[in-house]
Amino acid sequence: MKATASFFETPEPARFKGILSWLITLDHKRIGLMYLFVILFWFLLAIFLGGLIRLELMFEGQTIMEPEIYNSVFTLHGVIMIFLFIIPALPAVFGNFFLPIQIGADDVFFPKLNLLSWYLYILGGIVAIISLFSDGFPDTGWTFYVPFSISTNTNVSTAVFAAFILGMASMLTGLNFITTIHRMRRPGMGWMQMPLFTWSLYATSWVQLLATPVVSITLVLVILERFFSVGLFDATRGGDPILYQHLFWMYSHPAVYIMILPGMGVISEIIPVFARKSIFGYKAIVISSLTIAIAGSLVWAHHMYTSGMSDTAVFVFSLLTFIVAIPSAIKVFSWVSTLYKGSIEMTPPLFLSLCFIYLFSVGGLTGLVLGAAGPDIHVHDTHFVVAHFHFTMFGGTGFAFFAALHYWWPKMFGRMYNFKAAYIGAILLTGGFMFHYVPMFVLGLMGMPRRYFDYLPQFAQGNFYAGFGAVFIILGIVIMMINLGVSFKRERDAAADPWGGTTLEWMTPSPPPLHNFVGEPVVDKYPYDFTRVVAKHAPGGQED
Amino acid sequence: MKASVDETGKKMGMWLFLYTEIILFGGLFVLYAVYFSRFTADFIQGGKQLSLFFGAFNTVILLLSSFTVAASITAVQKGQKKAAVMNLLVSILCGVVFLINKYVEWGEKIHHGIYPNSDTLTGMSSGQNIFFGLYYVITGLHGLHIIIGLILLLVALFAVSSGRVTASRFMLLENSGLYWHLVDLIWIFIFPLFYLVI
Repeated sequence: MKATASFFETPEPARFKGILSWLITLDHKRIGLMYLFVILFWFLLAIFLGGLIRLELMFEGQTIMEPEIYNSVFTLHGVIMIFLFIIPALPAVFGNFFLPIQIGADDVFFPKLNLLSWYLYILGGIVAIISLFSDGFPDTGWTFYVPFSISTNTNVSTAVFAAFILGMASMLTGLNFITTIHRMRRPGMGWMQMPLFTWSLYATSWVQLLATPVVSITLVLVILERFFSVGLFDATRGGDPILYQHLFWMYSHPAVYIMILPGMGVISEIIPVFARKSIFGYKAIVISSLTIAIAGSLVWAHHMYTSGMSDTAVFVFSLLTFIVAIPSAIKVFSWVSTLYKGSIEMTPPLFLSLCFIYLFSVGGLTGLVLGAAGPDIHVHDTHFVVAHFHFTMFGGTGFAFFAALHYWWPKMFGRMYNFKAAYIGAILLTGGFMFHYVPMFVLGLMGMPRRYFDYLPQFAQGNFYAGFGAVFIILGIVIMMINLGVSFKRERDAAADPWGGTTLEWMTPSPPPLHNFVGEPVVDKYPYDFTRVVAKHAPGGQED
Repeated sequence: MKASVDETGKKMGMWLFLYTEIILFGGLFVLYAVYFSRFTADFIQGGKQLSLFFGAFNTVILLLSSFTVAASITAVQKGQKKAAVMNLLVSILCGVVFLINKYVEWGEKIHHGIYPNSDTLTGMSSGQNIFFGLYYVITGLHGLHIIIGLILLLVALFAVSSGRVTASRFMLLENSGLYWHLVDLIWIFIFPLFYLVI
C-alpha cells in the first residue's frame, strides 16, 4: 500500500513546474490545501487585529491608536474573520479535501469551477487589501449599515465589492458540492450511508446557494447608491434604511449557519471515532442539520428588534429564533450520548471537540437571552452580543476548525504531530478564551456598548481581564500552529488509519494518491460501525 | 478518470446556478413589493410615463429569441447544423435589438432629466423617485444579464459552427439556452411590474 505515490507527487506538466503546477491544478485535494494556506494567513492577520483591539481597550482612554484607526481595525477584524476565514474555512479546506473522498469519488463534479472559486477567493482578498490602501480604511463595521456606509468618505465601495466576489466564490463552492453529492456517490452509498460531515456540507451548501445572492444584490445596491445616489435606502428620498437591514440579515443570519453547520459535522465525525462507539442518533443529526438550514433562514430579523419593527414581527421572529435552538440542542445531546459508556481515547482532536461542545453550548444558551424580545432590548449592541457571537463563532466554528485540523492533519500531510504540545496549545487557548469572553458578558450586562473606542471607569476591570485573556489565546494559537508546522520535519509515516476511523478517508493511504483510492473502496451499510475497529484494537486483535 | 460524461449532473449544476440568479433578482422584487405597497399611487403615475409600446415590443422579441434558442437545440439534436446556426443568429439579433430599444428608452428618459440624483427626479415625489430608481436598477441589471446571455449564445454559436456541439454532445448549447430563457423569464416579470402597473 505504501508504494502508491501520493497526490503530492503528481507528475508535473512540462511547462508548469513546482508552484505553478499547483496553481493550475484541478485536484480537489491540492485546491483544499491551497485554501488552507491562504485562509490561515488571513486568520492569523485577523487574530492580530483582534489583539490590537483588546490592547486598545485594556486601559481607559487612548492606549495605542487613534479612534478613527480603531474603527477601521474592528471593521477589518470583522470583515476578514467573517468573509475570509469563518465562511470559507471548513467547507473550502476540509470540504474540498474530504467530501469527495468520504463519498468514494475521485474529485468534485466541476473541478474547473472549483479552481475558479479559489481564484475568486484570492481576488476577493486582493480587492479587500486594495480597499485598505486607497482613500482610507473602511470604518463601517462588517455589516456596512446604511446610511453611514453610503455617506462615509472611506473606501467602502471596494470593500463591499470584495465581499461580493467572496460571496460568489462561496456560492460556486456550494453549487459544486450539491452536484457532487447528488451525482458522484459511490454505488452502494445511499443518503443514509453518507458520513455526517458530508451531510452537514450538503445542508450548508443549500444555505450558501439560497442566501448568498440576497447579500450580493444588497452589496451591489450599496455600490450603486454610492456612485449614483439612487435613494433606495435614503429616507429623505422615500427610501427606507430598515429595508437594507432586512436584506442584509436575510443573508447574514443564514450565513452564521453556513459557518457553524460544517463545524457540527466535524464534531459528529470526531466524537464517535474516539468513543469507539456508533454515533447516537445518526438520523436525528441529519434531520437537525436540514432543520437548522431551513429554520435558520427564517430568523433574520432578530438582529433588528431595536431597529423599529412592529411588535407582531418581533414576536414572530423571537418565536422562530427559539425554534432554531431545538435542532442545535439535539446535536449537543447526541454527541454527549455518544460518549456515554463509550471507550474513550483522549487525543487532541477529541479534546478540542469537547471544548467545542462546552463553548458552543454557552454561546447557544446566551443566544436565547438575545433571541428573547425583552432582554434583548437591554443587552442589544452591548459587549454581551460580542461575547455571545464569539462563543459560537470562535468557540464553535473556530474550535471545530482546530479540531478538524488536528483530526485530518495526518491524513492530509501523512505526518503526526506532538500530542503534548497540542494539548498545551489547546488548554492555553481554551483557558484564555474563558478569561477573554466571560468578562464581556458581565460588561454587556452592565451596559458597556460594543464598538466604542473608550469607556466609563466602572468597565475598566472587565476590560483589563479580557485583554489579559487575549494574550493566552494568541499564545495558544501560536503554539498550536508551530507544533503543526514542526511536524513537517518528521518522516511521512502516518498510518492510513491512525485513529481507528470508519469513514472512507481512512481506507486510503495518508496522504491519499491522486485518484484518492488504491483499488475500489467498499461502502459499509452504516458509516459508523466500529465492530471492526474495536476487534482490531482489542487485546490479541489483529494489528496491521 | 470519468469514463462517461454525466449530462444530467451538468444540467443540474446549471439549474442551481439559475436558482441563485432568481434569488438575486428576488431581492430587488422584495424592494419593489415593499415600496409598491407604500407608494401605490406614485408607482401608477410613474408607470404611465413609460412607453408601453417599447416594453411590449421588447417582450415580443425576447419571447421570439427564446423560441429560436429552443429551436436551435432541437435542430442540433436532429443534426441540422445550418438551421441551428440560423436560429441562434436570430436569437442574438433579437438580443441586440432589445438592447438598442433599451438604450433609446433610457436615452429618452435621461433627455427629459429623469435619471438617478437628477434635479427633476429629486424634485418629484418620493414615490416617483423610488419608482424610477428601481426602474433604472432593475432594468440595468437585467440589461447586464442580457449582455452576459449574448456572450454565452455567441460562444454556443461558435461551438455549433465549429462542430464542438453535436447531436450527442449539446450540453454547452443547452445550458446557454437555459440561461437565455432565465433572462427572458425575468423580463416577463419586469414588464408588468413597470409598464403595466395600474
